[in-house]
Amino acid sequence: MAEREQIKKTPSRRDNEDVEEVAAKSESGEKLKAELDDLLDEIDDVLETNAEDFVKSYIQKGGE
Amino acid sequence: MAIPKIVGIETELGIMVRGTSEWNPVSASSLLINAYVGSEPGSLDDRTSPIAWDFIDETPGADARDFLPPEFALPPEIETHLVNAVLTNGARYYVDHAHPEISTPECRDALSVVLYDRAAELIAVDSMEQARKALPPGQEVILYKDNSDRKGNSYGTHENYLLDRSLPFGQIINGATTHFVSRQIFTGSGKVGCELPGVGSSKVPYQLTQRADHFEEEVGLETTLKRPIINTRDEPHADSQRYRRLHVIVGDANMAQVATFLKVGTSSVLFAMLEDHALERFYLLDEPVSAMQQVSHDLTLRKGLALEDGSTMTALELQFDLLAQARVWAERHGFESVGGDAVGEMILSRWEQVLTGLESDPESVAGQVDWVAKKRILDGFQARHDCAWDDSRLRALDLQYHDLRPTKSLAAKAGLETLVDEVDAKAARHDPPTDTRAYFRGRCLQKFASSVVAANWDSIVFDVGDDPLRRVPMLEPARGTMEHVGSLIDESDTIVELLDKLGA
Repeated sequence: MAEREQIKKTPSRRDNEDVEEVAAKSESGEKLKAELDDLLDEIDDVLETNAEDFVKSYIQKGGE
Repeated sequence: MAIPKIVGIETELGIMVRGTSEWNPVSASSLLINAYVGSEPGSLDDRTSPIAWDFIDETPGADARDFLPPEFALPPEIETHLVNAVLTNGARYYVDHAHPEISTPECRDALSVVLYDRAAELIAVDSMEQARKALPPGQEVILYKDNSDRKGNSYGTHENYLLDRSLPFGQIINGATTHFVSRQIFTGSGKVGCELPGVGSSKVPYQLTQRADHFEEEVGLETTLKRPIINTRDEPHADSQRYRRLHVIVGDANMAQVATFLKVGTSSVLFAMLEDHALERFYLLDEPVSAMQQVSHDLTLRKGLALEDGSTMTALELQFDLLAQARVWAERHGFESVGGDAVGEMILSRWEQVLTGLESDPESVAGQVDWVAKKRILDGFQARHDCAWDDSRLRALDLQYHDLRPTKSLAAKAGLETLVDEVDAKAARHDPPTDTRAYFRGRCLQKFASSVVAANWDSIVFDVGDDPLRRVPMLEPARGTMEHVGSLIDESDTIVELLDKLGA
């Protein structure tokens, strides 16, 4: 609780934090995008070679 | 006061054999499980066959709605001739219909379930490796942790919760149905296409869950056809005067550990709230079955669900309200029933984090929620290769997300957050939980395997030499823990000594 009051009393510091937060967010967005690109590169390598046959042949009996 | 929410998960796995067209799922499942059990260290050294499951107390045809005459209940088939083993971690590993199925041991809380669910995945990985050795070169058995072949055939991931028998079943129906429908926003594993007759994949190219299309009833005993949201199977596997085991069949198989944690954690909290009479606001859905499908088909999470009183609420609003009620319950009753303060606080804070993320920016929970993680991959693939939803590569990716082979699994590459340590999960393949009766079962198998004739959830049968076989009942799921029997087992050199000490 004390911490929250302190933040209220120092609005300038809070503004800075917001700016940093936005910067951090876009940075983590970039990082996520780069990770996804790496993953998609990898997927191109590991994806089942004949996707259509694979999907067709995946037949399960009902269970439970 | 709410009783301990002891819980476990049963997972039926999808199965394929590569390298031959001559295979059938029943014999492939048997081969796979036998190959694993034969290789499991410790308990089976001096035996030629796995410890048998004991069917004496199985009554899956019993209906919780005791007002129904028995002839209305169609008992599910029990296939007692198929492979059915008990593992040293207290789990059951068996062939169910045409699938390998693993039931985790009884766990004391949601985090323990995550550990044993991950252990079950690792057991499946070991099984595939052992099966490869048993098959001719070029052939392999592949397992998928999913719930549908996307062609109309579904198989289950069932949760089981220990409930107080005195809680009226009508209250379970009223309290749980809305939760089971609305929790799909974080329990869904995602699926390309739609299997609901008359809807089709052009209208629903991608949806939140694998299971919603396969439900037709609100309440019922069936699990294989006309599946109900609330399953009434009344088979407590415990003292039937005191307990009920709620068999929950609506859930998806989750690859994301946070999703498994929340699926089990939020439901455990709900059942504890019902037992504590702390659920003050019930929101009854006007049409639960179509609401279940509506939630699964709505990627915006914004469409309102019709309630019985004529108003509407979204699944997110229903979940936020349940979370608010859970906070009030926790203030008054504490978290003892769901496993203590640490795990209880974690359930509520994770629940809030995921709901808030889903509300503001679903992609922010791509590490926690499977349908979001999978969609992110599918969207990225579509953008890169400029393909439409009906492209078979997307359908292949959808299946491959659930492939349990570490080198092929897309879930393993998706950056999902983990909650349990991999070293602990590896140990949990062999060691039972310490805080439920699974401890007694697992330790007896580790130490006295050659004396165990058969075991099931609520008893073990021992061969004590010249005397008749001795059955030890375990009707209290919270007893038989390390605290209760750990030192007795440690100090006993023979099974006779242990049974004498137990007074059994």
